[in-house]
Amino acid sequence: MLLHDTSLIFGRYVRQTLRSRFQILFGILMPLLYLLFFGPLLTDLPLGSEAGSWQVLVPGLLLQLALFGASFAGFAVIIEQSTGVVDRMRVTPVSRLALLLGRVLRDALLFMFQAVLLVGAALVMGLRAPLPGVLIGFGFVGLLTVSLASLSYALAMRVRTPQEFGPVINSLTMPAMLLSGLMLPMTLGPRWLDVLSHFTPFRYLVDAVRDAYTGSYATTHMLYGVLVAVGFALVAVTVGTRVFRSAGT
Amino acid sequence: MPIISTSGLSRTFMTKAGPVEAVRSIDLTVRAGEIIGLLGPNGAGKTTTLRMLTTLLAPTGGAATVAGRDLARDPAGVREKCGYVAQSGGVDPHVTVREELVTQGRLYRLSKADARARTAELAGSLGLEGLLDRKTSALSGGQRRRLDIAMGLTHRPEVLFLDEPTTGLDPGSRTDLWELVRRLRDDFGTTVVLTTHYLDEADALADRVVVVDGGRVAAEGTPTALKTTYAGSPEATLQDAFLAVTGRAPASEAAPVAA
Repeated sequence: MLLHDTSLIFGRYVRQTLRSRFQILFGILMPLLYLLFFGPLLTDLPLGSEAGSWQVLVPGLLLQLALFGASFAGFAVIIEQSTGVVDRMRVTPVSRLALLLGRVLRDALLFMFQAVLLVGAALVMGLRAPLPGVLIGFGFVGLLTVSLASLSYALAMRVRTPQEFGPVINSLTMPAMLLSGLMLPMTLGPRWLDVLSHFTPFRYLVDAVRDAYTGSYATTHMLYGVLVAVGFALVAVTVGTRVFRSAGT
Repeated sequence: MPIISTSGLSRTFMTKAGPVEAVRSIDLTVRAGEIIGLLGPNGAGKTTTLRMLTTLLAPTGGAATVAGRDLARDPAGVREKCGYVAQSGGVDPHVTVREELVTQGRLYRLSKADARARTAELAGSLGLEGLLDRKTSALSGGQRRRLDIAMGLTHRPEVLFLDEPTTGLDPGSRTDLWELVRRLRDDFGTTVVLTTHYLDEADALADRVVVVDGGRVAAEGTPTALKTTYAGSPEATLQDAFLAVTGRAPASEAAPVAA
């Protein structure tokens, strides 16, 4: 039943996404601009690793794509709340977990597709990375999207208006991006900043994907990255499902 | 055996300004095949009551059974047996009528073929045949409302809850909708619980009117009985009876306690 329901909800939202070509490509704009106008600045800078500058930057941009894209996924639910679509689905016997999973899996698919386009552009710019590493990177983008989109939907079910939702998301994503070391490795900075960044889950994911892009797969970074990404996803999906079950206050 | 029975059903919302008792205590008994009108001023607790009976909102007190299923213990069972049409309807404006109806059938666990067949059947009986390939945003108010109701009927529910089904409709569409509700009851024995603050609607449509005020049942009976008891004569208007019960007009502009 869960599988049936999830694929039903997933199908509905995939069709919704396919109707809006603009939405499919819009999310990639910001990382693409970073790639074009920020990436070349790094080429000759000492980034503290053997890896090329593109191998440092592209993993960061991939997670930036997920961070900024998936965090705003909840906007769609706010609209669906006002049109009554959410309640209409919640009175059917459909599984509550499926109501969430169908949506976040669509998001994961959308952002992984955008990630493929981004990496394609990066290859043209000069990125060289092993294929398994690149695939691992897509896996992390998918997991992070599932986590952030779940939390975003949970928040959207609670706040009800875009005026409340937007500022909250903005005030969380900006510091998250700066502290995660998406743009530049945190190891370049002072010790306190490096320590502080380990309090965000994103730091572990960035480190893991950067390792993957240099072909190092059996590293401590990778272990922590996988643990944090999977743990974060479990917590986020649990929170999200609970909200879909009990929402309506 | 009543198809709906509630005792002491209540819901308190916790807000920043303190607890708000949207529904204080609702005791309700509905027989199968009845059309019940929940009548009351804005903020009386009508919508909150429907949201509880359809499992959208957990009660904070009391108990209820709907179509033989216990609301607290078996919410999934209640969902299988009842349909709900919210004030806002609940269709995606960018999707076609056909797609919404088929997906809705699938959400109620119909097979693909059955969902398609049911869509054609509903479109036929609700006058939506020519509109199946239109986007829902291109429907008129009356057509939209018929679609909303078709969505709630997909699984042939025993009980249909309608929240202010005729608000915003022109007089012709209102009368059509009343006809539709009567037909549902007459042809399929569907029990219909609807909220309204139009007195003429309650008078024309409901077998029994339940006046809700301040989160409680203030009065109930057939329209004739209410007029006789509260306004002194069966020839009185339901308006007179309503005013006598609540002390104010039904659609007073008091801010709703909970949407």
